Amino acid sequence: MAEGGARSAPPVLSVRNLSVTFTGSGRDVPAVRDISFDVHAGEVLGIVGESGSGKSVTSLAITGLLPPTARVSGTLRVGEVDVTTADAETLRHMRGREVGMIFQDPTTTLNPVLPIGRQVIEGQVSHGFVTQAEAPARAAALLREVDIPDPATRIGQYPHQFSGGMRQRAVIAMAMAGEKRLIIADEPTTALDVTVQAQVLAVLAKRQAETGAAVILITHDLGVVAETADRVAVMYGGRIVETGTVREIFAAPRHPYTVGLLQSLPRLDVVADRLVPIPGQPPTPARLPPGCAFRPRCPIGRDRPLCAAEDPALRADAGRATACHFPDEIPTLLGAPMPPRAAATPKPATTTAPPPLLEVENLQVHFPIRTGLLRRQTGSVRAVDGVSLSVRPGETLGLVGESGCGKTTTGRAIMGLIRATGGSIRFGGDEVTTMDPAALRRTRRNMQYIFQDPYASLNPIKTVGDIVAEPLRIHGLFDDAGGMKRVAELFELVGLSPTMLGRYPAEFSGGQKQRIGIARALALAPKLLILDEPVAALDVSIQAQVVNLLQDLQKELGLAYLFIAHDLSVVRHICNRVAVMYLGRIVEQADRDTLYEQPAHPYTQSLLSAVPVPDPARRGHTGRIVLQGDIPSPAKPPSGCPFHPRCFRAEARCSTEIPAFRDLPTQPTRAACHFAAPRLPEQAA
Amino acid sequence: MSAPARTAWHRARITAGRVLSRPAAAISVTYLAITIFVSLTAQWILPIDPLYQELSATLEPPGAQFWFGADELGRDIFARVIYGARTSLLTAAGAVVIAASIGVPMGLVAGYFGGWRDAVLMRIVDVLLALPGILFAMALIAVLGRSQAAALVAVGITGIPSFARITRAQVLSLRQRDFVLAVEALGGSASYNMFRTVLPNAWSPILVQVVILSSVAILLEAALAFLGVGIPPPTPSWGEMLRTGKSYLYEAPTYAVLPGLALTLTILSLDTLGRVLANVLEDRREIAEDEPAAAPVQVKP
Repeated sequence: MAEGGARSAPPVLSVRNLSVTFTGSGRDVPAVRDISFDVHAGEVLGIVGESGSGKSVTSLAITGLLPPTARVSGTLRVGEVDVTTADAETLRHMRGREVGMIFQDPTTTLNPVLPIGRQVIEGQVSHGFVTQAEAPARAAALLREVDIPDPATRIGQYPHQFSGGMRQRAVIAMAMAGEKRLIIADEPTTALDVTVQAQVLAVLAKRQAETGAAVILITHDLGVVAETADRVAVMYGGRIVETGTVREIFAAPRHPYTVGLLQSLPRLDVVADRLVPIPGQPPTPARLPPGCAFRPRCPIGRDRPLCAAEDPALRADAGRATACHFPDEIPTLLGAPMPPRAAATPKPATTTAPPPLLEVENLQVHFPIRTGLLRRQTGSVRAVDGVSLSVRPGETLGLVGESGCGKTTTGRAIMGLIRATGGSIRFGGDEVTTMDPAALRRTRRNMQYIFQDPYASLNPIKTVGDIVAEPLRIHGLFDDAGGMKRVAELFELVGLSPTMLGRYPAEFSGGQKQRIGIARALALAPKLLILDEPVAALDVSIQAQVVNLLQDLQKELGLAYLFIAHDLSVVRHICNRVAVMYLGRIVEQADRDTLYEQPAHPYTQSLLSAVPVPDPARRGHTGRIVLQGDIPSPAKPPSGCPFHPRCFRAEARCSTEIPAFRDLPTQPTRAACHFAAPRLPEQAA
Repeated sequence: MSAPARTAWHRARITAGRVLSRPAAAISVTYLAITIFVSLTAQWILPIDPLYQELSATLEPPGAQFWFGADELGRDIFARVIYGARTSLLTAAGAVVIAASIGVPMGLVAGYFGGWRDAVLMRIVDVLLALPGILFAMALIAVLGRSQAAALVAVGITGIPSFARITRAQVLSLRQRDFVLAVEALGGSASYNMFRTVLPNAWSPILVQVVILSSVAILLEAALAFLGVGIPPPTPSWGEMLRTGKSYLYEAPTYAVLPGLALTLTILSLDTLGRVLANVLEDRREIAEDEPAAAPVQVKP
């Protein structure tokens, strides 16, 4: 790396020609193929890639934690230790002194039966850096460094007494204890909500600046990379296909895969009419295509014999490196720059507003909490506590919120999968909550649900053809609808080949499974689809394919969507109107552009400001509001406005009086806040 | 609906292949297969008769006419052991059918609906569990009289709780899975969902229980016969032979040893098969080929 060469100090981590091959399954599976990179003190290297690209295997190789079935070749030096040849004891010392790991899920990283303080300092004590006597004080100091309040009390608590964000901060404290020189963070914020992610990234950056550690940040989230990394390595099919500084990668990518990733990303700051997906799907390490692994999906190399025959080497070129035979043609892919915001507004044709298809009023879903021997109800979890919304034919309403806010429960209650405890749900003018089972079944034909996890929502022992035919069979319409011919039509509608009807779900990739789920939902020709995080479990390049499919289907079939999501960028791309949920209530609702450009509720404002923007040029924009604390439990919502403990505008009145959900006089927005108003110019970015 | 049949067939073939690849299981299956085959076809393939009494040959030692000797009534011990397998297998099969056909639906309903149905059904199961198996069987036989059917029903009823509990546990974990909710969202009725979605995904531990209960049933039938309340004579039964044979241990050692050996090997084989089957089915590797489809997605321009 050219940048590395300019430095005088040796790199903290030096990887040369690393290959990792798994041999356990009878044939060799190359997970990582011949990668080389350096990481220096004080810098953040972002490794970006989709599932199966080899990024996590790389991090395990660096720490020497690969299973015995892995065959490693090449050299891997952490400081003075050569990881590939070192014995177990040396590796243990290296992990204790030099390398800290931060994993994706803080819930499983921490041992639930040991106090946090002991876990944070355990490594230091066992390596003899800290004595037993001074351990509690050191542990408290470490927690203080990651902004955990009241650390002296907190060190005696157990992981379940910490919230998700605090747990991940404790893991950071543990990983960085003892001035480690190398920190490997493997998807450190993927399991966290966006406002908590902002807190954790801020702590990580702060601690890195204080310790001068080298950080490897492994992630699929280009926004996080743009905000935190100095240099970026893009991995595909087990190889590094492009490296460069973060600004270069985002401004002028030199590999078609990087271009594809950037174009397929829905963005908060740019509204495109349509996403440009990468066709096909990432290869699995067991079945890499010959030649360049990206060729089957590449707009440049798809038909070229050179690309099919020869895997291009990673060639350095003016301080950056790309593994492409035709890097000079990349700029043609970039095409016209993305249109500025508000270029396209997919407004429904609403000359005269049609009556709403779905009307929800004051919906409540309370789950009883029973305690004691007699199972007496001692309280209730107010999962949904007074939600009102409406969806008109042919439009998309986005329902946005962080985990635990009740958005999925709302969707399932509307679908009748969970019994509503209060309020009314009208579909096409008919009240759903009081329907008898037969009428409910008839109504469900017009209303369908798409699940978040395509892996879990298809019956594993049925063929996909039978899965898509199932709704027709259940309603006795299979023959009337045209039998398997209709099923084949549905397959084509969602972009799948009808030749695959006889296969089982396990044979399909995530994106294909989600298409099958969509085909099943469309079988009964519904008017409304409730989409519960339909793209959250998919890789970025596949997300764009499914989002485009949903938009096409809406246009073609005039469907209405209730789009439940936590990803504000996707929602901005696909929705006409947006409702923001917090702790079982809707706090703000407006048409898309009003909500994104003039958010009025302080929660919406902080939510929007916390989303990492995949544009390093905008790094350090001053408008971020980092919320304190975490979402309270819906079993014990705060008094008054449920948001007031975390709110930057809260006054005495907010803790006693619940704000009404009302129209704002100044803009076409409904909000539930005593002080609803757009952000002041000096607060905004 | 040919596709689901193919699924079941496909999965069964793969599971069978994995079971048979373990030597202990392969030996057990071979032994059980021979036992079943010989006991069912004995009257055509073997020149022996378990009921014919050669009164001049009582307690005769093994020889050309009686390979393993004769009993106190001059009957062929070998023939009685072979035909005794029929009694054991019939009891096992009948008991399993009774236990599964009552226990599985109970567990299915209890687990799927929960609430009061669950409470009522599981209390019934608790009551059944509180009855000691062999005493309950003896009491039932005292009422119904000694017969093959009574033994079979008695053993079957004591097997109901295990099927109900195992099925319920499976259903509880499947009930909240997305693909079960998906069928509910499509408008599928509860019975459709229970029998077409949940049950086909819950069969593995039930299958293991079938094997385990077979072995329990064979033992229980033998125990009842040994106590003199099993199948009435002259129908041959291993337990009955053990009971009588123990009086002639010195005169005709094969009389008790041969049925004991048959019983031991059968139970051992069934338990080995059950254990291996449980291991194989627990292995959560996808039965279907685990690679994504090669056919590419057609992307709309």
